[in-house]
Amino acid sequence: MLILECPYCGVKAEETELQPGGEAHLKRFGPGSSPEDFEAYMFARKNPKGVHFERWRHAYGCGKWFLAARCTATLEVFGTYPAQSPEPPADLVNKIKAKRPEWKGWK
Amino acid sequence: MAEPVSALGGAVFEGFATVREIGPLGMITLRAKPDVPGLEAAVRGAVGTGLPARRQMDWAKDRGCGWMSPDEYLLILPHAEVGRALAGIEAALKGQHFLAVDVSDARAVFRIEGEKADQVLRKLAPADLDAMAPGELRRSRIAQVAGAFWAGEGGYTLVVFRSVAGYVMGVLTHSAQPGSELA
Amino acid sequence: MSTRLSKGGRLIDRAHAIEISFNGKRLRGYRGDTLSAALLANDQMLVGRSFKYHRPRGIVASGAEEPNALVNLGAGARAEPNQRTTTTEAFDGLVAASQNHWPSLDYDIGAVNNLAARFLPAGFYYKTFIHPRPAWKHLFEPIIRRSAGLGKAPAEPDADRYEQVYAHCDLLVAGGGIAGLQAALIAGAAGARVMLLEQTAHWGGRAPVDGDVIDGKPAEEWITATLDALGKMENVTLKTRCMVAGVYDHGYVLAEERVADHTPGDGRPRKRLWRIRATRVLSATGALERPLAFAGNDIPGVMLASAVRDYVGNWAVSPGDRTVVVTNNDDAYRTAIALKEAGLEVPVIVDARAQANGALPQKARAMGIRVEAGRAIVKVKGGKRVTGVALGLMAGEGAVLEEIACDAVAMSGGWSPVVHLWSHCGGKLTWDRARAMFRPDAARPPLTQDGSALVIAAGAANGALTGAEALADAAEAGVAAVKSLDLKAKTTPIGKAEAVEEAMIEPVWMMPQGAKASLRMKMWLDFQNDVKVSDVQLAAREGYQSVEHTKRYTTLGMATDQGKLSNINGLAILADALNEDIPAVGTTTFRPPYTPVTIGALVGEARGEIFQPLRRTPMQGWHEAQGAYLEPVGLWRRPYCYPRAGETHEQAVNREILNTRANVGLLDASTLGKIIVRGPDAGRFLDMLYTNVMSSLPVGKCRYGLMCNEQGFLSDDGVVVRLAEDTWLCHTTSGGADRIHGWMEDWLQCEWWDWKVYTANVTEQYAQIAVAGPKARLVLEKLGGMDVSKETMPFMTFAEGELAGIPARVHRISFSGELSYEIAVPASHGLALWEKLVAAGAEFGVMPYGTEAMHIMRAEKGFIMIGDETDGTVIPQDLGLDWAISKKKADFLGKRGQERTYLASPDRWKLVGFETLDGSVIPDGAYVLDAGTNDYGFRKAQGRVTSTYHSPTLQKGIAMGLLRHGPQRMGEVVEFNTMAGGTVAARVVNPVFLDPNGEKQNG
Repeated sequence: MLILECPYCGVKAEETELQPGGEAHLKRFGPGSSPEDFEAYMFARKNPKGVHFERWRHAYGCGKWFLAARCTATLEVFGTYPAQSPEPPADLVNKIKAKRPEWKGWK
Repeated sequence: MAEPVSALGGAVFEGFATVREIGPLGMITLRAKPDVPGLEAAVRGAVGTGLPARRQMDWAKDRGCGWMSPDEYLLILPHAEVGRALAGIEAALKGQHFLAVDVSDARAVFRIEGEKADQVLRKLAPADLDAMAPGELRRSRIAQVAGAFWAGEGGYTLVVFRSVAGYVMGVLTHSAQPGSELA
Repeated sequence: MSTRLSKGGRLIDRAHAIEISFNGKRLRGYRGDTLSAALLANDQMLVGRSFKYHRPRGIVASGAEEPNALVNLGAGARAEPNQRTTTTEAFDGLVAASQNHWPSLDYDIGAVNNLAARFLPAGFYYKTFIHPRPAWKHLFEPIIRRSAGLGKAPAEPDADRYEQVYAHCDLLVAGGGIAGLQAALIAGAAGARVMLLEQTAHWGGRAPVDGDVIDGKPAEEWITATLDALGKMENVTLKTRCMVAGVYDHGYVLAEERVADHTPGDGRPRKRLWRIRATRVLSATGALERPLAFAGNDIPGVMLASAVRDYVGNWAVSPGDRTVVVTNNDDAYRTAIALKEAGLEVPVIVDARAQANGALPQKARAMGIRVEAGRAIVKVKGGKRVTGVALGLMAGEGAVLEEIACDAVAMSGGWSPVVHLWSHCGGKLTWDRARAMFRPDAARPPLTQDGSALVIAAGAANGALTGAEALADAAEAGVAAVKSLDLKAKTTPIGKAEAVEEAMIEPVWMMPQGAKASLRMKMWLDFQNDVKVSDVQLAAREGYQSVEHTKRYTTLGMATDQGKLSNINGLAILADALNEDIPAVGTTTFRPPYTPVTIGALVGEARGEIFQPLRRTPMQGWHEAQGAYLEPVGLWRRPYCYPRAGETHEQAVNREILNTRANVGLLDASTLGKIIVRGPDAGRFLDMLYTNVMSSLPVGKCRYGLMCNEQGFLSDDGVVVRLAEDTWLCHTTSGGADRIHGWMEDWLQCEWWDWKVYTANVTEQYAQIAVAGPKARLVLEKLGGMDVSKETMPFMTFAEGELAGIPARVHRISFSGELSYEIAVPASHGLALWEKLVAAGAEFGVMPYGTEAMHIMRAEKGFIMIGDETDGTVIPQDLGLDWAISKKKADFLGKRGQERTYLASPDRWKLVGFETLDGSVIPDGAYVLDAGTNDYGFRKAQGRVTSTYHSPTLQKGIAMGLLRHGPQRMGEVVEFNTMAGGTVAARVVNPVFLDPNGEKQNG
């Protein structure tokens, strides 16, 4: 039962107030894209043991989608940030690197 | 024109706290970013309040404006005034990017009153009531449905969707049963 | 015999006698008794039968760890099976009955299993019932199922209410013994929001019974003073009868409060489930005493030494007149001393250790108690109760040196900290060799969301077993908890308990050390599930090395007590048999709940009418008053039809259709999703969302649109209305409103966040009514207020105005194929408009129609239905909806997906209509048969039916379905399979069965 702080309204929401949305930072491939790119966009998902970036919606709250970085093994949450982020904020990346030196980065 | 009717026609339950369905209450969903020129004036014109801070409600007597999300406000006013208020907002924000719609009839409103009114909500919402700031509008879950509530005037006001008014009355009644006080 | 002592009993109120019933016998007790205390006070030693061998079972413990004394409590609608007598508070009128025996507790036929015990070892079922294969299903399983289980499930609906409550705190302290009290006091004084929960009805834990002296006074005084101080702190919540069941991720804690278990029917909820969010959890859950494994240790009268002490001290109940104490540690001497002080006999203390010279053994000797060191109980004598013990050398193989008559045995194999709450969320344990116990490893705690420790263990739960150690440890833990909350600890009184020197424990896992096989077969590890030392040893011999596998093979620790008494002893036996170190074998996983939580508490309020939120339209009451038959559509309950007296549902549906086609019908369409989309980029956004172009829709017009997911599969459909230059209204399916609104917001927030578009889900703001049929216009004209003529309001347009004085938006759209108006009014006027339509329509023969009539009418018209014609694998092109897919748009959601070769294949199954040759109705879900069979011997398929009905309008069976190359095969006759195993022939036809040119709907 996770608790994630919604970066929009500041509520520390518990899992039952949230809706999960799968992996974050996917790039959409539309018409004209190669079969490989489209397949990866549709179906290829990371499943790491360790640092992971996810989409969550504060469904029973302000209704906004946000992104969260957490460890899938310990459930430690490194931070949450707005969905309008093409990539994780630099300070969050630095924080994760400091805590998990073995982490290879978000890409 | 026929009188508007609320979902439950003013149902009441007297338990260790009193649960009352109230309304119909006028409500407008106003979607706009806070920096839209004229927004504050439009809100003031409609309900007489300023723009509330994050998760706050501003009140001007029985009219209010609540912060729902970074680009959404909930205006509360007498049911009969909604049409005029909407027209005023449309005029005040002409040319700006915004959306204002009447949601009065999409909602049901409850009052939970009494010294132990908070306990009724504690049984239904995972929100930390003790951590709520004065004037805070909290959106959360009420048992199995979405709801928003705030404290004031000896109790709480709870807003939910109209179609589940009967269900919410049911869970409020269950939670306010005499003898089920928490302490 | 066990009996009530004339003096003492700190928890009972002798001024208030009560009467309880056990197996129909009336027994006397006192207020403050547990059911166990009351049973023992009346010499009821035998309380149940074991699970497998139906061995006689007596009370072993005095608390949550009790494996044996499970009873059925209450009767009828308040019956509850498998309740532990040790944790059940007795009250006047309590009714209990023993379980797992037939015909009676004293004469149990199932005990024949006991005679066959040597043929029923671990794994017996797995080995025996595997052949012949069919015998399992028809012979073995039915017999085993009948004899399995303990108590009987209640037959009546539960008469009690249950509820749940959410709570939030900085520090949750589990356990109200002296350690929990001390830690809570420190955290409370520091200003933390503290919840202190105690599972029993009393504070202080074991300290008073163990005779602890704190700050120079009896423990009881310190407990009272500390409680008093805690009670004055507004930031501290104290709860007894509240068992912390589990600790979960990010500080989620579940606790079960027994509100009215002891006062049934007083109007309060019986139980309350606390759903707590704690920043930190302090586990002060104490320790449990371990049994010793010697032959006959399961005979009623053999009890834990601490439990014997509890019964004497707390409830003035003596389990026996002559009690033999057997131990491997000093603590059990407290029991001997307590018995002696109560005037009872202790013929001997059997100490497995070579020497017994600590302070407590010396005190016992000084009281005249015989102490025999280096000795073991070879065997307990007796059947349904203890009659004596045979003693021998601890180091021997079981030769009997002496027999001693007694009626109770108090055993102690040492103590195991209750590490459950530490372990639930991943805390690791360390094996403390010197003290022979697993205790929390502070270096490997369970973690919470910021990566810091979630749980802090304190007192006996942390391995600090004596009062003095526990208080000191709890003080340290309390300060650590305060610090971890970023608070400052204030000067707080720390209790100081007098230290009583105790000599070291010596681990004893089997008694005597070299016991032969015949003894090992009588040494119980798991009393409830009948697992013995010999079973675990057999498992090891048969190759089981993992403790988790051994558990499942032998069922050790799988009973309702979840191995609270048996696990450590069992894994020590396993380690010995495997020649391994105990920590190398490790423990099984500790899982919540700590003790069973009643399902009623987990269900909470979600029963009956409020089992789930049922959504109601503004006209729902009207439908119900008309006797409408309702069907679930998502969480709505929509009228399926409105049967009249004597009508079947089918007849009602047919009548509703024919009347709508001939006159006029009303449909409550309020459930349709309605989403407003506004902004400078709204047109561009809708062009991405829908397969066709919505930006070109003129203001005042309506257009049917399709939505697909990114794979290209149809996801929703509905009519889009252009309300204004920058504003559209999107209708969705009834089940799709929230999903589609969420879908829109997802794309707007996460992909195209620079587009200027706002959405609002106004589904519930409006009641919507379809007025359909050739006389629809006449009805609206009679209501008056708007010009609804063909000229002013042609098909696929809308207008706003007032109908009968109610503000309305009237759409000329049709899902029935008839002349149809869909009228949206504010929900608060929905019922008023409906009633006005019913009244105004009377002269035109108006009737309400339900969803089934709606379904059939749209099928007659060849309109698709999301969920019927689509199932998540169908693209619009399959349904002949190419006209609704823009060729011009560079992109829309699903476009790339639809370009995949498999979806673009000309061989896909496509929509056609079917008409049976004999007029019958094709069965739901039937396949169109193809030549040949597949690899599994089934007929190949070339299509399937998606909607199939009897059309009352056309007086025959009609169907829509998907068929390979369907549109090119008009007129061909194909075969469908039927439920009966036969086939039915149908002709491939155009799916539009009625009014193909739309003259009715356009009229």
